[in-house]
Amino acid sequence: MATLDSKIPSGPLADKWRKHKVDIKLVNPANKRKYEVIVVGAGLAGSSAASSLADMGYKVKCFVFHDSPRRAHSIAAQGGINAAKNYQNDGDSVYRLFYDTIKGGDYRAREANVHRLAEVSANIIDQCVAQGVPFAREYGGLLANRSFGGAQVSRTFYARGQTGQQLLLGAYSALSRTVGQGLVELHTNSEMLDLVVVNGHAKGVIIRDLVTGAITRHTADAVILATGGYGNVFNLSTYARQSNATAIWRAYKRGACMANPCYTQIHPTCIPVSGDYQSKLTLMSESLRNDGRIWAPKKKDDAKKDPNTISEADRDYFLERLYPSFGNLAPRDIASRAAKRVCDEGRGAGASGLGVYLDFSDAIRRLGENGVRERYGNLFDIYHEITAESGYKTPMRIYPAVHYTMGGLWVDYNLMSNVPGLFVLGEANFSDHGANRLGASALMQGLADGYFVIPYTVGDYLAGQKAGSRPSIDAAEFKAAEENVTGMSKRFLGTKGKQPVSHFHKRLGKIMWDHCGMARTKEGLESALQKLPALREEFHATVNVPGSGDTLNQSLEQAGRVADFIELGELMCRDALTREESCGGHFREEHQYPDGECKRDDEKYGHVAAWEFQGLDKAPVRNVEALNYEFVKMSVRNYK
Amino acid sequence: MTLRVWRQAGPKALGQFKDYAAKDLNSNMSFLEMLDVVNDELTLKGEVPIAFAHDCREGICGTCSLTINGKPHGPGKGIATCQTYMRSFHDGDIIVVEPFRAAAFPLIKDLVVDRTSFDKIMQAGGFITARAGSAPEANAAPVPKGVSDLAMDAAQCIGCGACVAACKNASAMLFVSAKVGHLGLLPQGQAERDRRVLAMVHTMDEEGFGNCTNQYECSAACPKTISHDFIARMNRDYLGATLRSAFQPEAASSDGGGA
Ligand SMILES: Cc1cc2nc3c(=O)[nH]c(=O)nc-3n(C[C@H](O)[C@H](O)[C@H](O)COP(=O)(O)OP(=O)(O)OC[C@H]3O[C@@H](n4cnc5c(N)ncnc54)[C@H](O)[C@@H]3O)c2cc1C
Ligand code: SF4
Ligand code: FES
Repeated sequence: MATLDSKIPSGPLADKWRKHKVDIKLVNPANKRKYEVIVVGAGLAGSSAASSLADMGYKVKCFVFHDSPRRAHSIAAQGGINAAKNYQNDGDSVYRLFYDTIKGGDYRAREANVHRLAEVSANIIDQCVAQGVPFAREYGGLLANRSFGGAQVSRTFYARGQTGQQLLLGAYSALSRTVGQGLVELHTNSEMLDLVVVNGHAKGVIIRDLVTGAITRHTADAVILATGGYGNVFNLSTYARQSNATAIWRAYKRGACMANPCYTQIHPTCIPVSGDYQSKLTLMSESLRNDGRIWAPKKKDDAKKDPNTISEADRDYFLERLYPSFGNLAPRDIASRAAKRVCDEGRGAGASGLGVYLDFSDAIRRLGENGVRERYGNLFDIYHEITAESGYKTPMRIYPAVHYTMGGLWVDYNLMSNVPGLFVLGEANFSDHGANRLGASALMQGLADGYFVIPYTVGDYLAGQKAGSRPSIDAAEFKAAEENVTGMSKRFLGTKGKQPVSHFHKRLGKIMWDHCGMARTKEGLESALQKLPALREEFHATVNVPGSGDTLNQSLEQAGRVADFIELGELMCRDALTREESCGGHFREEHQYPDGECKRDDEKYGHVAAWEFQGLDKAPVRNVEALNYEFVKMSVRNYK
Repeated sequence: MTLRVWRQAGPKALGQFKDYAAKDLNSNMSFLEMLDVVNDELTLKGEVPIAFAHDCREGICGTCSLTINGKPHGPGKGIATCQTYMRSFHDGDIIVVEPFRAAAFPLIKDLVVDRTSFDKIMQAGGFITARAGSAPEANAAPVPKGVSDLAMDAAQCIGCGACVAACKNASAMLFVSAKVGHLGLLPQGQAERDRRVLAMVHTMDEEGFGNCTNQYECSAACPKTISHDFIARMNRDYLGATLRSAFQPEAASSDGGGA
């Protein structure tokens, strides 16, 4: 069994991080350059970490599967980033951001981690502005804010509907600077396919060059994974098509525990599915809920009607009705389930019946069409491109879609996994969002981890490693890991079956959406746990991966990722089945209050479940880290 | 519909157009989804699928890069390849699909090119040096809204390279000027303004991009409709920076010894 020591510092909540920074070990400036750190991934978390560590003097190697670090999935984030600046003078504070995040996460996150996140949030905005991130401003030249779900203050900073793009380009510029200065060795088109563990410590990675197919070994004193989330397990999601779980999954198979894998976020406002050829779902940012009102027809008979002809009296503004104090800005999990219920009742809009309206007519009356365009123009454009409809003229149709994964590799307070030397940042770890993430908090977490946490905590580990002690790439562990990787490629290419990889990805997605999506049941999860091993076998017996391994081969890349997704899907279902309660994004039909809200069981499940791999055909071990709430009382989450 | 697609097995291989029939299409399908369907059929037939670059499929990552009927990113204005929908085409059309062609973007395979040269330009100067931990309070330096909005117009560049592919000289001026404009407009970007423009333009030349002859095909193809005004702005910056660098006295030492 793995030892899960969260290493949460003792003392008052607000002093923990300050105290910890004083207590942890440092590496002296002259010694830093003797340590090499591998950073896999260059989204917000990876690029901020790589450039910060390089600036401190460590030797850094950074790997991304993209052709440029600027293409990481972080680029697609639209709405904004939270920070407790209280520029609006509306009562925000570090404590309030902490509390909102803990409550938003349905009391399943660690208090100490979340408080630290809230503490450093203000520094993130300072850092980004210094880099030239063009956040929205008021006429006086000072920074503007908007509101986001799950909060009653206005603390979200944004750059039109492209906040992630601007933050990533800021972090990318810092990474580019350090690459140009020779401080970071950047490898693009380079996919990590295995983690190398030597004497129990993470000491390297195996990389496949996606252009030449070359497999190479890389050694380091510590390895950082910042490889993003795994929502593409569902095939259809708001993630970029190439986002995948391979890095964290292969680390899991090398001993790193996977925490709360069933916690997935379904975002309420996405453009509905239109056909089975569909490759992705497009998000309509949560920021739209500031001014847009969500409704469905009251009567089933109106569901297929032109929404403009449905009278005000026949509209059900269900979020405003059910959650009057938060209204359209109810948290995502709650808003998504409410939309699903309305559609399940047969009141859903559009041909598929899977949609509700997001209506801007009130906002247009208040602000004028141009006022709305100024705030959300690019989102209306996206909607128009995809649906050929104008959101200014007819209410938009939206439906929930998979958007984010709160689960991820288990990490302690230092962001180190249970495998010493392996650190995990950003969406790839499980640490800060509990069972549900609030909007505009992922960008905050990615940059907090990379700019303000890992620069301190990696030193604590490295100080205990002798400089120059990293293993040689000729070590047996490197050879074995490389053989594992080449063996997998050979197997995929050699199967020569009948079905393309996409066929299996679609089937996996359907199983996961039906049984491990917005509402889960014991029967459903058990049936998924029958179907998934069978799908895995069928995949390996009948997949067709054309071409060879020594050139650019996108089918081969996909095969490896989908193979991992199938295995991960199984673990997610197992986790969802074992967690006999509802919390945040994890909704078990069996565990709800009469009004349909989540019924937690703090006594039995007030803990983190961290799964430990035992071999593919053996059940993984479920380790538990108790969540000790010292400062906040776990209570029923109420947004009414 | 018939697709006429550029197929080339590798950088050194000989390339040629090949025709494929695209069937069972739906007007709500995106162009890339159509290619997914074609690729699945090729796979089933035992042929090697068409390699093409893509990721976000919502016009923001800058990965997709197809020249469709001679136009980088296809027929639509202000959108990327991935935001092109089949409703823009008609039954019976022959659609010609090529990679973004430019000497500074060597071909990797089929429709995929290597745009590392853009990263090199960014590494040379596309940044404001601000180490984590050293930043002042964000509201300490107000930025007029108009200036900030204009900087944002330029900052929206997705680094796709359509501007280069559209230009008969394969010039990267729009891409470079967007970054120079974005950072040069902001107060935070002033300290390195001269250095930045000189280094970026120098690297742009080194990487083999052509000269700008003011045809503005770049702005017309740009999925973010970035204005060629930024090119004029950069030319002014470059001239000023060149002059200043020629006459500015340099300090004897850039670093102190300390105790
Ligand atoms: C459409 C959309 C909108 C969003 N909007 C918001 C928002 O408004 N506010 C907010 O806070 N959050 C938002 N989010 C969530 C947020 O964008 C992400 O959680 C966050 O950006 C993840 O950052 P990251 O650095 O952890 O990973 P990513 O940005 O996903 O980066 C992953 C990196 O890892 C690399 N990589 C992965 N696997 C490998 C491998 N095996 N080998 C080598 N490299 C690898 C990739 O190349 C990439 O560089 C949004 C998400 C989506 C999908
Ligand atoms: S300027 Fe426009 S066309 Fe050129 S790289 Fe940027 S977004 Fe693409
Ligand atoms: S795939 Fe990202 S911009 Fe087209």
